[in-house]
Amino acid sequence: MSAELAIRLRGVVKRFGALTAVDGLDLDVPVGTCVGLLGPNGAGKSTTMKALTAQVIADEGELEVLGYRLPEYSKQARAEMGVVPQLDNLDTSLTVEQNLRVFAHLYRVPAGHRKEAIERALGLANLGERRAAKVDELSGGMRRRLLIARGLLHQPRLLLLDEPTVGLDPQVRQELWALIDRLRSEGVSILMSTHYIEEAERLCEQVTIMSHGKAVAVGPPRALIAEHAGPEAIEVYGSPTRLHEVEGLARERGWRTRRTGTSISILQANGAAAELDGEPRVTNLEDVFVLLTGEEIS
Amino acid sequence: MGRAAAAPRLGRLERAAVQGVLVREIINYSSFWRSSTFSSTIDPTIYLLAFGFGFGTLVSEVAGYDYIDFVGTGIVATTVLFSGAFPAMYGTFVKYQFQHTYDAIIAAPVDTEELVTGEALWIAARTGVYGCVPMLVAVVFGLDPSFGMLLVPFIAALAGFGWATFGIFIAGRAKSIESFSYWQSGLLTPMFLVAGTFFPLDELPTWAQVLGNINPLYHCVELVRHAVFGFEGWEDVGHVAFLVAFAFVSWRLAIRFMERRLIL
Repeated sequence: MSAELAIRLRGVVKRFGALTAVDGLDLDVPVGTCVGLLGPNGAGKSTTMKALTAQVIADEGELEVLGYRLPEYSKQARAEMGVVPQLDNLDTSLTVEQNLRVFAHLYRVPAGHRKEAIERALGLANLGERRAAKVDELSGGMRRRLLIARGLLHQPRLLLLDEPTVGLDPQVRQELWALIDRLRSEGVSILMSTHYIEEAERLCEQVTIMSHGKAVAVGPPRALIAEHAGPEAIEVYGSPTRLHEVEGLARERGWRTRRTGTSISILQANGAAAELDGEPRVTNLEDVFVLLTGEEIS
Repeated sequence: MGRAAAAPRLGRLERAAVQGVLVREIINYSSFWRSSTFSSTIDPTIYLLAFGFGFGTLVSEVAGYDYIDFVGTGIVATTVLFSGAFPAMYGTFVKYQFQHTYDAIIAAPVDTEELVTGEALWIAARTGVYGCVPMLVAVVFGLDPSFGMLLVPFIAALAGFGWATFGIFIAGRAKSIESFSYWQSGLLTPMFLVAGTFFPLDELPTWAQVLGNINPLYHCVELVRHAVFGFEGWEDVGHVAFLVAFAFVSWRLAIRFMERRLIL
């Protein structure tokens, strides 16, 4: 018996005309875990996220969310999950509290519990002091926290986060990570799409790496790194000419390389640091991604 | 697993969902009611005064009515168009295209059908109230009050629901906000003029009369006039039936085109 799944996708296909955005995707989110959906822009992450709320109807495949089959039972599924969209769609002329009140109604929080639900959401997002502020007056980070709070009003068992920290500065991003981590520790199942590798490494028990609409690797971040990228990579810095030489050498030896700005990373070349005059560094998910798809992730 | 088999499927057009959409509109309205009320009531009042005083000096009686009585009742249909169709067109387009509000709403347990219905009900309710404003202005200028006027908000709301859903249908089809010009100049403006508001249709050529008869605004005008000055039996049942049919067809069209827009 496998553990119960909050999300289960099998062979999901979605085409837009000639473009196949999602191409036979399998995806599992076990209850109580945080799963990351990783991939570059255009990999099919957003289409997948929208399929989970039936805003995209799959052409083929099976979709189950919280045990409900989609799209037939999507309304029940939506009633029990929270959604934090990539695009900020708050009502900007309303206050923080008014935005929450609207969604307390839309998420059918019973009349007697609305006030309490709004207070709890304000507390979670640490926006209690800004409750009377109009959304227009909030910073980008506060708006994102409000979006998350809005998705949590009805205490969902599952939360969908579509690129939750895109466009935010590093400090604000860390605040949000703390919030997401807290939800996870409270037992909420989370599916998070992101193209920030560090985010997935820190928050997710499992990641699914997507490329061209398919899952190319699935597993815990550390296991994927160990399996595909090995324990360390070698980072070589130098002039463009030097980097070119190193690239040539790596090709001869059959090592995979990645350009990372002013340096070259050589992957799966364990112990060759001295020979290459480079610095060993710890491998990461980004290396895995490049190895598997040949693409840079962000 | 297996929950899907046990749980009853949530129904269509649930009260909770429609109510949620209405609550959002009502809370938003608290922040822009001034401008909305201004534009929805001032325009028709200006038409009323311009035609009332302009034409009123040339003609004293039209189709058996004092001209102020004729325009003061017919003007209700103008408000219905201005506060029903136009806010629906622009509001809907802005909410799905620019503010992405509808994406947020249908990610909650609200279906497109409930979303469209809630939006249209709210616009219809506003239209019912706004529709009376120019008529009340006309009372100041000599239109005699009557008990039948108490029915006018309901007539305006019924017609308003039809025009609101028609406006949502236009927005659901629109690729850009510029395409509204075709609808406005090609359809809504002619309808606004050939509705029997400012001049009776009886004197027009037959083709114009036929067009007038398929214009929902004309049926609204007739119904308002008869409510104020005395109903005409089956004829008015026919007007109500036409408005109900218009509202129903527009409602289904609006849902269908918004679904195409919102669900990919």
